Amino acid sequence: MAFLKRSPWILHYDASSCNGCDIEVLACLTPLYDVERFGIINTGNPKHADVLLITGGVNEQNRPVVKNLYEQMPEPKVVIAVGACAATGGIFRECYNIVGGIDKVIPVDVYVPGCAARPEQIIDGVVKALSILEERRERMTGEAQVQEEARHDAAEAGESR
Amino acid sequence: MPKRIVVPFGPQHPVLPEPIHLDLVLEDEKVVDVIPSIGYIHRGLEQLVQKREYPEYVYVAERICGICSFMHALCYCQGIEHIMEIEVPDRARYLRTIWSELSRLHSHLLWLGLFADSMGFENLFMRAWQLRESVLDISEDTSGGRIIQSTCKVGGVRRDIEQGKLEEIHRVMDTFEEKCRGLGNVFLNDETVKYRLQGLGVISKDEAYTLGSAGPTLRGSGVAIDHRETGYAAYGDLGFKPVVETAGDCYARCAVRVRELYSSIDLIRRAIEEMPEGGIDVKVKGAPNGEYFSRVEQPRGEVVHYLLGDGTKHLVRARIRTPTLANVPALVKMLPGAQLADVPVVVLSIDPCISCTER
Repeated sequence: MAFLKRSPWILHYDASSCNGCDIEVLACLTPLYDVERFGIINTGNPKHADVLLITGGVNEQNRPVVKNLYEQMPEPKVVIAVGACAATGGIFRECYNIVGGIDKVIPVDVYVPGCAARPEQIIDGVVKALSILEERRERMTGEAQVQEEARHDAAEAGESR
Repeated sequence: MPKRIVVPFGPQHPVLPEPIHLDLVLEDEKVVDVIPSIGYIHRGLEQLVQKREYPEYVYVAERICGICSFMHALCYCQGIEHIMEIEVPDRARYLRTIWSELSRLHSHLLWLGLFADSMGFENLFMRAWQLRESVLDISEDTSGGRIIQSTCKVGGVRRDIEQGKLEEIHRVMDTFEEKCRGLGNVFLNDETVKYRLQGLGVISKDEAYTLGSAGPTLRGSGVAIDHRETGYAAYGDLGFKPVVETAGDCYARCAVRVRELYSSIDLIRRAIEEMPEGGIDVKVKGAPNGEYFSRVEQPRGEVVHYLLGDGTKHLVRARIRTPTLANVPALVKMLPGAQLADVPVVVLSIDPCISCTER
């Protein structure tokens, strides 16, 4: 976990799953697996979150909620789809009310397989997502640097004229 | 008259692992009315019976809810077995009882943890979930799955538990019970917990009964209805007395669940001691033709599966009534009068399982 520079905060949402994966997500936070020792905290507020852990195949009523949560999270952010039904709709694929996977609604970065996904797998997925998050953060700070330099150059050019 | 305001609660809320939406009508800080709206997890599983053959539907039934997954499968299988007049071997009945009670233990410990979290007692939350892991270990050891066991099938069970493993579970139960009593002691006797829970979210015996609530919500109000008394699976042989409290508040509902932990441990022990020898399944031929209301006592109350078959491999209709759906009217009665800060505690006190409710 050497690259884990900051403590990423997690937002968890159940988008029409059977809640098997959801209790495994919670199990990650409790003593046996305890991701809090890495500074990973489950937050209830999307504005505080870096990582969106989301389960289930998304039904029609949940679609705007998922979108809303994703849009409320500040950049940089990553999305982890936990479980088989979050990836493809899984066993609920043929149900009339299921959209069929998180990636039909919002962009997904990491897929965690399993029905229900095991806590070890979920932690593995989070670790993978963190490297993506770090990349994005670097790119964002890089872009900000370029913009800042351009502004600086423009200001200098103005002065010399 | 103070001005009324409406505060939305959910669908995404820190104390709720699953989405449900409540519109709380408040006068100052006091709740005067509640309007629930559900449907965030409705997947349409009942219709899937027309697309899956009846033995395959067991897998779908298991995924109605991840917490009481084994009991949904059990309820469905018992229904089909009744329609097709299949006699399940004795050993299978006992194994089903053991897995059912393990599910109940893990569900109640899960709930106790979430409930402690809703009161803001984080330490207790962690303790309860730590204890729950030892139940999941047994479940993984005997079935291969932590949450979804997939051991029930039409005509019996899929896996046997060998004698050595049964003896080990019996041994583990001793230390487990000791730890459970330690945990239960905090829930039942701690002053802060009592102060927070007693007299909160009261529902009287008559109201609970008329509103058709189920499980610990009903038994917490003094009505001794527990479907295990009818003796499905091996409960008839083991003898069973329902746990009842009379106060009808959040504390009583909590006490019912804590004491049910002890009775579940006891049932597992006795099932292991009286485990009969023999086969674990029978061969199933043909297809169900007829209808049946199958009922099983889940951790949250009584679940009903209505199954209708017409002699083909696909059922015509399945209807699943789950305990949380039956408890939502009681919740709407409990909340008025509570403070806004107590709403999470009262909502959690019916043990809402939204995945079950909406299927």
